Amino acid sequence: MEHSYVLAVEKLLDLEVPLRAQYLRVLFAELTRICNHMLNIGAHVMDVGAMTPNLWVFELREDCLNFFERASGARMHSAWFRPGGVHQDVPLKLLTDIGEWCETRLPKLFGDAMSLVVDNRIFKQRNVDIATVSKADALAWGFSGPMIRGSGIAWDLRKSQPYDAYARVDFDVPVGTRGDCYDRFMVRVEEVYQSARIIKQCLNDMPEGPVASLDRKVVPPKRGEMKMSMEALIHHFKLYTEGFHVPAGEVYVATESPKGEFGVYLVSDGSNKPYRCKIRPTAFSHLQAMDFMAKGHMLADVTAILGAMDIVFGECDR
Amino acid sequence: MVHNAPAICHPDGLTQRISKALGKQLLSLREAHDEVHFTVTRASIADVLTQLRDDFAYQQLMEIAGADYPERSERFDIAYCLLSVTANHRLTVHVTTDADHAVPSVCAVYPSAGWLEREVFDLYGVIFDGHGDLRRILTDYGFAGHPLRKDFPLTGYVELRYSEAEKRVVYEPVSLAQDFRSFDFMSPWEGAQYVLPGDEKAPAPPAPPPPPAPPAVEKAVKAAKPKSAAKPKAAKPAAKKTKG
Repeated sequence: MEHSYVLAVEKLLDLEVPLRAQYLRVLFAELTRICNHMLNIGAHVMDVGAMTPNLWVFELREDCLNFFERASGARMHSAWFRPGGVHQDVPLKLLTDIGEWCETRLPKLFGDAMSLVVDNRIFKQRNVDIATVSKADALAWGFSGPMIRGSGIAWDLRKSQPYDAYARVDFDVPVGTRGDCYDRFMVRVEEVYQSARIIKQCLNDMPEGPVASLDRKVVPPKRGEMKMSMEALIHHFKLYTEGFHVPAGEVYVATESPKGEFGVYLVSDGSNKPYRCKIRPTAFSHLQAMDFMAKGHMLADVTAILGAMDIVFGECDR
Repeated sequence: MVHNAPAICHPDGLTQRISKALGKQLLSLREAHDEVHFTVTRASIADVLTQLRDDFAYQQLMEIAGADYPERSERFDIAYCLLSVTANHRLTVHVTTDADHAVPSVCAVYPSAGWLEREVFDLYGVIFDGHGDLRRILTDYGFAGHPLRKDFPLTGYVELRYSEAEKRVVYEPVSLAQDFRSFDFMSPWEGAQYVLPGDEKAPAPPAPPPPPAPPAVEKAVKAAKPKSAAKPKAAKPAAKKTKG
């Protein structure tokens, strides 16, 4: 997720982001969360034997990807968050469509799919009391996101270290009680509803205004402006050949990605390229704990454990 | 401070308390960009992290990041990013090392350090003392070198392909279809100090005047001059002939 990276660059630059851009980022970060949880929830239930819910939640994931495409032109890896704001504004119709989707299609389809799973006898037998993680273990193994919340620690970076517009929206942090695979699964289910709640607030509260910083040393001017202004043309030329220089220093910026803490350790030497950019993937710490979580369980439980961890290998090994 | 990055509030006097507790183990303290960085002695890193975990409630080790500064005598910088869930605070502890000196492993302090240290070992070749399972983790079996060192070439040394003859994937030395090009993104229009690609035939900028030589050498240069002047004249007609 590019959210941590752009925030790290902005932190080094000490750059202010317009409020509309903050809301847009939060809106799309939450859509990403829904998108991610749809994949994970679907894969998890399929791994332990259910087929239908996966097909239904993938329809919702497809809806999310379509929203990304309408905002940025790309379905995944949209690179729509940029240092200083977002790349371009969204059409009003997209916002109304997202709002309508959150009101109707998402709760209906997701509710239907989950009604097949959450009280299902087989699903519970495969997940309840599997790979129980205590609070102390969750801390020691560097867990974050739904993994640490599943163990009963109400830790959410969106609440505790708010970034962008998260301080302005209201949402609840679901936590588990037993720390097993079922709890981790249910935390994600509830997070989907909370994300929808955040999205609705963003749509209601989002002000009009610029979607990226007006600092022309960082954010390129719009095409129309360049037709009229020599200065804008020069800024455009400079930014697309040399880029911008980030003051020397080092920061570690972590955001609450759908899977947990997604950190970027960024070192700048004052030039236009990062000297060191280390991505901290969430899955790396979680997958490492696989060994201790799977101890004493049956081989067939490994699929449930892995599903509840939300591992995607592209993220894990970058 | 106007940025929107995750807000971290620093408790009053915390850095002073920590630096007092660390005492001689602390080498330097940096506070910049709203973050606190401690640099400690290499030998004490496990003790320091134990102290921070037990006395200052930094329960989580989120990240171990290496960085390479080849111009330093101890070229590697290893950053341990700690998080306190109870105090809601972040802290970075640094140690420096080189390829020969091992860093004490902190696996006993934070079990999550296991893979993180393996990753730093894999990418930088930093050795962690007492790790127990210090194998490569990201690169391939039999990989040579440490890819994130600044002196490791961007193209690597080997490339792999599927060999139809041997029916398996084989490694071969890198062969580039096109020369590796290093672009200058710094300021390409502000008078580059080198010959631009495609500009090779343009007259070279006048060389700066040579520093005044001592008299004895000056004579020798004068004596040598007629010879060197005659050479290009002789060369020119020959070049014409080959053309015709």
